[in-house]
Amino acid sequence: MIQVRNLAKTFGSFSAVSDVSFDVAEGEIFAFLGPNGAGKTTTIKMLTTLLKPSGGQIQLDGLDPQTHQNQVRQRFGIVFQDPSLDGDLTAWENMEVHGVLYHVPHKTRRHRAEELLKLFELWDRRNDQVKKFSGGMKRRLEIARGFLHTPKILFLDEPTLGLDPQSRNQLWTHVKGVNESERVTVFLTTHYMDEADRVAHRVGIIDHGKLVTQGTPKEIKEQTGTQTLEDAFLKLTGSTIRDESASSTDQMRQFAKMWSGGRR
Amino acid sequence: MNAIYILWLRELKRYTRSRAQIVASLGQPMLYLLVLGFGLNPVFKRAGYGSYFQFIAPGVIGMSVLFSSIFSGLGLLWDRQFGFLKETLVAPVPRIQIMIGRTLGGSTVAVIQGLLVLTICLVSGFRPASYSTIPLAIGFMVLIALLFAALGVVFGSSLQDMQGMQLIMNFIVLPIYFLSGAMFPLTDQGKILGFVTALDPLSYGVDGMRSVLLSSTFFRPAFGPALDLAVLVVVGTILLIFGAYRFSKIEI
Repeated sequence: MIQVRNLAKTFGSFSAVSDVSFDVAEGEIFAFLGPNGAGKTTTIKMLTTLLKPSGGQIQLDGLDPQTHQNQVRQRFGIVFQDPSLDGDLTAWENMEVHGVLYHVPHKTRRHRAEELLKLFELWDRRNDQVKKFSGGMKRRLEIARGFLHTPKILFLDEPTLGLDPQSRNQLWTHVKGVNESERVTVFLTTHYMDEADRVAHRVGIIDHGKLVTQGTPKEIKEQTGTQTLEDAFLKLTGSTIRDESASSTDQMRQFAKMWSGGRR
Repeated sequence: MNAIYILWLRELKRYTRSRAQIVASLGQPMLYLLVLGFGLNPVFKRAGYGSYFQFIAPGVIGMSVLFSSIFSGLGLLWDRQFGFLKETLVAPVPRIQIMIGRTLGGSTVAVIQGLLVLTICLVSGFRPASYSTIPLAIGFMVLIALLFAALGVVFGSSLQDMQGMQLIMNFIVLPIYFLSGAMFPLTDQGKILGFVTALDPLSYGVDGMRSVLLSSTFFRPAFGPALDLAVLVVVGTILLIFGAYRFSKIEI
């Protein structure tokens, strides 16, 4: 379903992703793991048509995201790592906009939006503006929105960041559900190794823009001679802490927060 | 088509929900209109140009449409930082539709803003030569709004962060306003100023509004409504195409 060959992306002299190759089969749940700044999000951006690769090939369902942007976009859904909601709109309106943009028929749209908002316990607040939501609620809404249409491939970029264990559990149950019932291929990143161990069929570990290893969680544990995926991960990527320099977007957010007095 | 509609609707909802901002955005035009309009009135009259208040009213309307529409395009920056832009960019909708939806939404908001200022003008004593020409003036507002919303998209697609906003404000938006003849007659100007003002698209918008609204006894058009219309349509179309092109190239 996803084929990546020798993928590379450089920003100036900095090489964010280099020579990454992997395959994700149809109906598979693939976890892409790596420390901060390892190139996970950059890879997802290239897979989802938001960034142009500097080199290498990508095929999603047999299509190149660069040349068949719209066909590719029709095939995937994505939950981003950082917020992508419109704070001035209500929760319901955010769902509506998404449904319309993804061509979900009117009736299905309303029905599914209701179902999902109830599932993620946002139904009572559906007519409130999103800027009044707490961090966890926003996150839940993004996830609910990601499930509104049924894509062939679902990208989840650190979806559980800032979620309580209840919502996390709800999310993974749901992900497994659509994976089994509708054969949705799932490509996810997370910092919680236990989640990856529990949910993913296969795991790829990336560090400094290079793919270190890939295989089933069991294979990786055997290969490193460790008990848990977390230990395996630390063994493969070392225990030094990575600092990501704040991107211009982060700086801008900070500035905007100051500017609008924390209005959003 | 639905995508265009929903994004248009979104711009409108955002506008109607920020009431404080609506009131705030009327402050500046009111200062120009009431303070400058009445303050310079006697001097202007003595110079034989008629009432300055009548003269400046269409200019102030043009100013509010300019500000509102160009900032709607620059709203891309906000959407970029709050992430909503990504949500629209990965959607299976051709980017041209997304750009059109946003631009139409921003232009609609700008025209509403212009109508609010027109109402303030009428309430505080502005009298068009004939009320039947108001629809024509609204037509010019629409053209100004579309043109500058497109220009806003051109800048909004190219800028990465807020620092650029100040540059755009001081070196693009304010010069466009001050050089448009919104505040002074464009006829009888020196060669250099005459040349520069003729390069400013807003000059044609304001001139067009004045040509249809003001009585010809006092106002002499600098270009004439036909030329105004032609320039606005041609430049507007070029900017819309260029804006759509820039928008299609956005990477995040």
